[in-house]
Amino acid sequence: MALPALVLGVAALAWAAHAALFSPYATVVGVPVDQPVPFSHQHHVGELGIDCRYCHGGVETSGFAGFPATETCMTCHSQIWRDAPMLEPVRQSWATGKPLRWKRVNDLPDYVYFDHSIHVQKGVACVSCHGRVDQMPLTAKAHDLHMRWCLDCHRTPDHRTQPSDQVFVMSDPPPAKQAPTAHGTRMEDCSLCHR
Amino acid sequence: MRQVARILRVVFFMASLMVFPCCRRDLADQQHHEPMEASSVFPDGSASRTPPEHTLARGQLHEDVLFYQGKMGGDHAAVFPAPVTRAQLERGRERYDIFCSVCHGSAGVGDGIVVQRGFPPPPSLHLDRLRDAPPGYFFEVITQGRGLMYPYGSRVEAADRWAIIAYIRALQLSRHATLADLNAEQRKKLEDSAHE
Repeated sequence: MALPALVLGVAALAWAAHAALFSPYATVVGVPVDQPVPFSHQHHVGELGIDCRYCHGGVETSGFAGFPATETCMTCHSQIWRDAPMLEPVRQSWATGKPLRWKRVNDLPDYVYFDHSIHVQKGVACVSCHGRVDQMPLTAKAHDLHMRWCLDCHRTPDHRTQPSDQVFVMSDPPPAKQAPTAHGTRMEDCSLCHR
Repeated sequence: MRQVARILRVVFFMASLMVFPCCRRDLADQQHHEPMEASSVFPDGSASRTPPEHTLARGQLHEDVLFYQGKMGGDHAAVFPAPVTRAQLERGRERYDIFCSVCHGSAGVGDGIVVQRGFPPPPSLHLDRLRDAPPGYFFEVITQGRGLMYPYGSRVEAADRWAIIAYIRALQLSRHATLADLNAEQRKKLEDSAHE
């Protein structure tokens, strides 16, 4: 009597822990981050068709994708929506030189080395990690960024990469290919990401 | 004595359990600044610094006046720093489409999406005035901005600015090509497509 109850209890606990750990509450996947200005990628990318690199200019050449300076916002918003109350923090930042305090949506732990440029150069599309940003009125994390998720791709990178002209295209990525994977690469080495 | 040691060991073990979640957080968010992170050290609250006035980083002396300023003998350069290549034109098209087409439109007539949403239209790149303007003039405008156009010098590398200018030249030429500019093979292709 006692043993089955114990086993059941332990199983229930394990299940609850797993469910909690991978719940959107813990991973914040799909939960928009509160920002100083409610910036809509859906509007700027989906409706206007502005290229990712217009604002995230470092993504092809640097580890950090780059975040637009207030100057970039003002390039259009000095004329368009110039009196919108929503954009007051942007105008304040432009007038005072104090940067806007955007909050990070995707923040990897510091014990992980990550470089945007190599992923982009090797054909990992923006959507593969960031999801359909062009459909997000407010920006949210698209994946949990757990190590398991990174390894899904690192184990079979050839199945996920796109031709270079598809990397910045915002459409659902095609299903993983079944191409043979080159083995013997360093793609799964611990030290690749944990330096 | 051994009793005390055992109790201490248990206490230490339990204490380490309590500390464990904190350790995880310390390693995940270590004491260094990431690019553009907030910082209490500087008055503007940003960890990323702009260079102090009158200073340069290594490799940013940019002595090549033609390449980095588009100038020759104090005037707008009438030439490109290097002969234009096909690869450069393709790079130029890509960069133009990213950075310029939002206002100037993909054909350069000034009807980009941002203009459609209310931004005052820029002049067409096909005006005689701009067809006659030297490459160095475009370089200056891209780098420093002009009128309502903000500067792009900090957003587009100098080499890419030249590539964009080369592509603007191609756009301008495209409106003034004649049959005589085509070789036999290209002319046949054109005639075939006209019959389709």
